[in-house]
Amino acid sequence: MTVREANATLTREGHFELLRSRMPMMVSGASRQAPFADALVALGRSREDVVVLSADLSKYTDLVPFRKAFPDRFIQVGMAEQNMIGIAGGLAKSGLLPIAVTYGVFATRRAFDQVSMALATGVTGPAIVVAFLPGITTPFRATHQATDDLALMREIPGMTVVDPCDATEQDAALIAAAAHDGPVYLRGLRGLVEQRFAPEGFDFLLGRASLVAAGDDGAILATGLGTSWALDAREVLQRSGQSFSVLNVPTLKPIDSESILAVAERHRTIFTIENHSTIGGLASAVSEVVAAEGLGVRVVALGVPDVWAPAGSLDHIRADLGLTADAIAARIYVEGHAS
Amino acid sequence: MKTDAEVSQIARSLRRRCIAMCRGRGQGYVGQGLALSDLMASLYFDEMRRNPDGSLHDRLILSTGHSAIAVFSALGELGEYEDDELETYGMDGSRIEESPLAGIPGFPITGGSLGQGLSQAIGFALADRLRSSDARTFCLVSDGELQEGQVWEAIMSAAHFRIGSLVLLIDNNQMQADGDPAEVMGIEPLEDKLVAFGFATQRVDANDVPALRAVLAETRGSSNRPHAIVCDTLPGKGAPSIEAYEKVHYVRAGDEVWARALSEIQ
Repeated sequence: MTVREANATLTREGHFELLRSRMPMMVSGASRQAPFADALVALGRSREDVVVLSADLSKYTDLVPFRKAFPDRFIQVGMAEQNMIGIAGGLAKSGLLPIAVTYGVFATRRAFDQVSMALATGVTGPAIVVAFLPGITTPFRATHQATDDLALMREIPGMTVVDPCDATEQDAALIAAAAHDGPVYLRGLRGLVEQRFAPEGFDFLLGRASLVAAGDDGAILATGLGTSWALDAREVLQRSGQSFSVLNVPTLKPIDSESILAVAERHRTIFTIENHSTIGGLASAVSEVVAAEGLGVRVVALGVPDVWAPAGSLDHIRADLGLTADAIAARIYVEGHAS
Repeated sequence: MKTDAEVSQIARSLRRRCIAMCRGRGQGYVGQGLALSDLMASLYFDEMRRNPDGSLHDRLILSTGHSAIAVFSALGELGEYEDDELETYGMDGSRIEESPLAGIPGFPITGGSLGQGLSQAIGFALADRLRSSDARTFCLVSDGELQEGQVWEAIMSAAHFRIGSLVLLIDNNQMQADGDPAEVMGIEPLEDKLVAFGFATQRVDANDVPALRAVLAETRGSSNRPHAIVCDTLPGKGAPSIEAYEKVHYVRAGDEVWARALSEIQ
């Protein structure tokens, strides 16, 4: 039974209770260095068909351990993302498991047609694009900040789109993507990565959202680092006496409509938070779901507005865009009372 | 090993198939199909090797999607497609599309968004290397496609990776959508460029079967340099009335034109 079929047999209330019953165990204050490097080496050990491709960014995308462990299965193409994705397509159609790794801006804007044609037509096995520097996680501005990648990838027929929140979810998403028949666009977090979810017993399925905090006063739906920001904002709201639910939506496509509806129908206003433009990503996906259902719920979208985000540290950019925990909590408080 | 006469005989049959494919709807890329018939006959019926079970050991990756008619005609000759189905070429609901997506027999990749095929051919060839397979990969691109930057990324990488099993076939038909490449955006001197990029390069009249087969034969054997063959072709080759057709890049014509072209294939 698919996730969708299993969910379809439940009422919305029943579905919310199911979400509540399978909330993941959280850890606090933990982080891991270069978790993608470890996950990739482990995958390379378990599967001989894994081939990793880089376009002159192996040192900056945590690929060096894989390259050293499996030099024959590492392909360096130089600064040529279109060629990299094309080669990945040929490898995939030969029955191997290509994992093309670069920055999100290059994978999506520069090689959009190649991802669409070489990876999303005729590929029947797994093919993975791992895209680092998601959203505002880099000090360089529009050249490096992938604030539009989720929107672009969501448009491609058959593409699965995943934005992991932490090291645990990223590990699980890579394993799930490697077992998936078809192309997967997976955002990557490099260097020191937060660990919010306990790895033991962590349960991840492509296409499934999970409730990571439960409360009756409102709901935040978030993806990627946005989930991390949402959990911090929830703490702030908690101090002012409001208890919010947080639905973590790591898979933007296929979207978990049933979980979104189960959470959304409990409130008049819901909030989306994403490390991405508010156009085309989570806010759009959630709006499509609630609108199609005719649910009269207001969707307040927090993320990067329709501008090129500023330069600087993540803290600086978050402050500028109103995406610190305090700023998000204040916005939620005001919008919640305006409805 | 076939004789030149046998390969030429097959090429004539492919030409007749190309015309039959276009005749039903009165239109199609017949100029490209006729131009490439000698190459398709030489590849599919001689140069490309077969496995003991009859399947192709070597492969052709078609980057120039709208030249699919040439591949379809060869696959029809091989019995992969029935004539009845091939004659639905380009019709609504037919899987014999003028520029098909990957996933039907004989089309492992999606060509047609031009300039993308060679990268994917390199992917197949690198997969062969990982599996210690000696399969060869032929990749057909058109002269106009060389204006796409990705082709040169791919050419650079094929030489860097020393993929001797790769044969880049350039359909030098001197006919792109807006005219002659020499006027649209010049690509010559092609051989000099390919040699400079590290390819073992030859040039041949690809409508001269003996010469073409001799050049293809030189790409066999182990090598650490990829091969390129600049294949000079004549759009409409073999049917003089199509060769002379003004809009030969895409022919729309009444049945008398197709009947005459068919009668001209000798």
